[in-house]
Amino acid sequence: MLELKNVSVSGLNDDIEIVNDVNLTLEDKKIYVVTGPNGGGKTSLAKAIMGIYPISNGYISLDGEDITKLTITGRAQKGIGYAFQAPPRFKGLHVRDLLTIASGNNDEDKAYSLLADVGLCAQDYIDRELNASFSGGELKRVEIATILARELKVALFDEPEAGIDLWSFQRLTETFKTLNEVSNTTIVIISHQERILRLADEVILICGGKITDVTGPDKILGEIDYFTEPGRYCSNCFVRK
Amino acid sequence: MLNTIDKRLLKEVADLHEIPQGAYNIRKNGEKHSRNTTANIDIQTKEDKPGINITIKPNTKNESVHIPVILSESMEDLVYNTFEIGEYSNVVIVAGCGIHNSTNEDSGHDGVHEFFIRRGAKVKYIEKHFGDGSGGGKRVLNPTTIIEIEEDGTAELELVQIEGVDSTRRDTIVRLHKNARLIVSERLLTYFDQTAESIITVELLGDGSTAQVISRSVAKDNSKQVFHLNMRGHCECRGHIQCDSIIMHNAQVSAIPEISALNEGAQLVHEAAIGRIASEQLTKLMCLGLTEQEAEETILQGFLK
Repeated sequence: MLELKNVSVSGLNDDIEIVNDVNLTLEDKKIYVVTGPNGGGKTSLAKAIMGIYPISNGYISLDGEDITKLTITGRAQKGIGYAFQAPPRFKGLHVRDLLTIASGNNDEDKAYSLLADVGLCAQDYIDRELNASFSGGELKRVEIATILARELKVALFDEPEAGIDLWSFQRLTETFKTLNEVSNTTIVIISHQERILRLADEVILICGGKITDVTGPDKILGEIDYFTEPGRYCSNCFVRK
Repeated sequence: MLNTIDKRLLKEVADLHEIPQGAYNIRKNGEKHSRNTTANIDIQTKEDKPGINITIKPNTKNESVHIPVILSESMEDLVYNTFEIGEYSNVVIVAGCGIHNSTNEDSGHDGVHEFFIRRGAKVKYIEKHFGDGSGGGKRVLNPTTIIEIEEDGTAELELVQIEGVDSTRRDTIVRLHKNARLIVSERLLTYFDQTAESIITVELLGDGSTAQVISRSVAKDNSKQVFHLNMRGHCECRGHIQCDSIIMHNAQVSAIPEISALNEGAQLVHEAAIGRIASEQLTKLMCLGLTEQEAEETILQGFLK
């Protein structure tokens, strides 16, 4: 279980809080989908959990243990993982290398099945260098595979669907479902996609750096039409007027 | 006899654990140590100057030649080696120099390698440079490689220097004739106060010739690197230079590209980039549980692989 108490993240000049006093409890074996308008603080919140962004206030605990002061590496070793929205390329590193680092072993069969889970043909990809020849969508799928390769307590996926084609996307939603069935991992997915929203046990709405609602997928999706009518919602957040 | 130091040097420069199979010539401390020739590959000592002539008969397939040089005493060694690669042969040549210098005197090896790659022949040339030893004397390597590739010939060069060479100046000149092909892959690492300079000049002389030069380097500490990569297209040809460096600490790197098209049909591309390790790469690997130092090593090792 991951708990956030009064967590804030400051902007570059410390003048605005990009995450503002967030309280959140994320339980094992549940899927949380974080959604909300662009620039609302979703990625910043995920990066604060991973330790990539320092928090300016509050504390974070994992299974009752305070992890606020742990580094990225420390949190990763405790079982937190984060799939980047725009993962970096690596000249010289191959898909196999990243999967080996992620899983801690070089189990060939496992690597093949991980790549299949994200819709990549292992034979074509496993020995490819993660250089500029990789498209954004391909890179993204390798990124997701590196998270699936680990046995995590908390897996954070930042817009996993971005840049991924229709066919692979279908496969990906199945992969999240399966991960949820076979493990106790807390799955947190930042997404704007209806298909992903439908996987959620809870949908967390974030805007203006704050959690404005925690609800079920049906409610959010049911209200989309309502919200899209002019004047029905604040242009900066989805708070009902 | 090869002692432990000799064996270590051989392992580093030629991946050899024992005396190799096939043709070889091992030069130790300025003298011939041992040699073997085969039915297709002959090695003769030059009569007018130090060095050897390596002659590979036409149509020799899947054979290799190892010609490592090892220095375990402080000395200046200079050799001229000439390679005659017969028509339509396909061979691997492993050269390289290992220096172990525990003295306070400088130790150096300057090798001039000249290749004639005849029509349709294919050569893979691997050259590794390595130095160790705890003395204050410098380990200096200044290789010159001159390659003539005749019609339909191919040369693939792997030039690697990743440990213990204090000062190096590498000159590589390649001339390509009709439909000849060149692939150069250079890997260089410098640290402490080491200096390295690499000058690669490619002359595309015959229609249909192609050349690709990929140079990757890492400069650490106070080391300095300079790359002059020069490609000249005299005909219908294609050439591509890619020069990538990672710079760290107080190191300095200069990449000086030059591409010259002397014919309308020459298509030449140069790409050069110098920069520190991208912080997103470090962060990504740390998110997989590596420490910052492990992440850095993983990135550098991959980059120079």
